[in-house]
Order: sequence, then C-alpha cells, then structure tokens
Amino acid sequence: MGLFGKISLSSILQKIFGKKHAKIGIYGPPNVGKTTLANRILRDWTGDIMGSVSEIPHETRRAKWKKDVRLDNGNSSLTMDIVDTPGISTKVDFKDFMNTWGLSKDEAKRRAKEATEGVIESIRWLEGIDGVLLVMDSTQDPFTQVNVTILGNLEARNLPVLIAANKIDMEESSPATLKSAFPQHPVVPISALTGYNSDTLYSSMVKHFSKKRKKNRR
Amino acid sequence: MTKKDEGIAFNLISRQKLDGLSSEEKLKFILKEVKNGKILVLEQGLTPVEQANLIEHTMKEIEQDTFIGVEMEGYCEDRPTFLQKLFGMTNRPRLTLIGPANLLKMIKKDNDMIQTKIIPGSGAK
Repeated sequence: MGLFGKISLSSILQKIFGKKHAKIGIYGPPNVGKTTLANRILRDWTGDIMGSVSEIPHETRRAKWKKDVRLDNGNSSLTMDIVDTPGISTKVDFKDFMNTWGLSKDEAKRRAKEATEGVIESIRWLEGIDGVLLVMDSTQDPFTQVNVTILGNLEARNLPVLIAANKIDMEESSPATLKSAFPQHPVVPISALTGYNSDTLYSSMVKHFSKKRKKNRR
Repeated sequence: MTKKDEGIAFNLISRQKLDGLSSEEKLKFILKEVKNGKILVLEQGLTPVEQANLIEHTMKEIEQDTFIGVEMEGYCEDRPTFLQKLFGMTNRPRLTLIGPANLLKMIKKDNDMIQTKIIPGSGAK
C-alpha cells in the first residue's frame, strides 16, 4: 500500500481546496417541480422522500430540509443539507385556487395565506445557504421576474447556482432556451419525474457546490 | 364617479427621485402607490436585493379581497466592463415596470422587449 493508502489524489485535493459539506437550497417559482426534484434526490441517495407534490401551485408552503445527504461522484463526494423551499411569487390570489383548482373558498383563502408566509420564508432562507439549485420549467418562458430576482440575489451574494431545466420529458420543453437565457450559469436539463439525466445533475452538483467561494453577506 | 371612469394612472418615476430615497423608503413608496392602483415605471429599477425585499413586503401586505400582489418586470442589471469596474462603476438596475397584479399582466418578456397587458376595471383610487 502506498503512502496515502486508499486515499485518492482527488479526495486529497478536495480536502485541501473544496468543501465537504454544504447547505443547498432548492429554489424556483411555484409548480416547476422543486419537491419532485427533492424527492428524486433523496430517493436516489437516502431512500427517503421530502414531501408531497401536487398540480395545485404552492403545495409546499413551509421549507423542509434533510440533513447529511451524501452524493458521490467517482472519487469525490459532497454531503449536503438539502432545503426544499416554497415557490417564490410576486402575487397570490386565492381566487385562482377556487376557479382553476376547485378549492372551496375557505380552503383557497387558507392556502393563499400560507403561501404568502412560505414566500417570505423562502426569501429569508437565502441568508443561510451555501448554494442554490434553481429549478426552472423548461416548457415555460424563462425570463420571469422571479427567476431574474432569484438569480440577481445569488449573484449579489456570490452564491453558486446550478440551474435545473426541469420537465424535459414534456414535448414542448426547450432547455436550449434556458441555456441561452442564462449563459453565465450552468444549466442541466433534467426530468425530476422520470429521473432522466439525474446522474449528470448529481455530478454537476458535487463539482459545482464543492468549490470554495467567499460569500457576500447582505 | 366610479373607479372605472377614473382611468388608470401611469407614473414615471425619475432616477433622481429614487436616488433620494433609502431602500426602505423606496419600497414603502412603491408599495403605497401600487396598492392605490397605480402603475409605476421606474427610470432606474431596484437592485436584486431590493426586489427580494419588495416581494417580502408585498407578501405581508396582501389582503385577499383587495390586494393580491404586484406584477414587476424589468431586465437584469447592467454589468460594468472590466475597465468600468476599475473606475468604480457597479451594477446598475435598469428600467422597471411595477403595478398591481390584478391590473397589470405580463404577456411576454425576452432580452429586447417586455410586453404587458392592462386589465381594465381596476383603475387608480
């Protein structure tokens, strides 16, 4: 056995230059598949799930997190605390829940109230995380103000961000549009629902979130 | 006079006006105007951190029957070139449109154009 036994060069380099543990927030607008992706990651690496999913927007109204999720990528690895955050939006109208999704008035009002609290909680979590997995719906226009605001905040704080271009299992998806919209950030096309391309996402997460960076606190 | 007859108010807010306000004052001013049914065009928009704060303040102000939030559309900040950075220039927010979400609706946005639609019937108070 050599001087370093079974320890590989890459793991030594990671110890010297990179992170071994990071708190990663899963962010994005409502209904882009954040919890589906969180469930996919947890199912693949811990056998657990994060929370329930629904077609009705704002299903996740409180942040949920799972500690010590270890992702391996060849000789390197990263242990993450994964935070699944409520969807961020600039408006919440209880009538949408009634008219589009058939909720009763009381249910709709309660969901809307909780959704507003969830948005506030998501924004506050930005202060305490080391990196963001920003989930976008690749079937939708990527230039939404929420996407622009989230990215601007991450850039201002110098936090690493990886864009997951979700829903590529759908015919109308266009991950290329997302890539051209945000060329300054890495974009990984994925289907959180089917798991398509999840291996690429995991290796990108380990590589990208392991990098040491100086955070700008605001 | 009914609300509908009053029309819809569009206010263009100069960079100088916004520069004279602190972040907190800016957000209070914007939210007060928007809650009163006005659409604002800011000559110089908000920084990303101010935008996040505006969203947070908006969520606290939502009143389910009267105010459902804001529609806000602008472009990413102008980033200075390497040379401009040497002379101390920082990121600059660009023109931004903000209005009540029940009145202003974004149709399409790309690198060159922001298309919005005004939903009639909810004019300025």
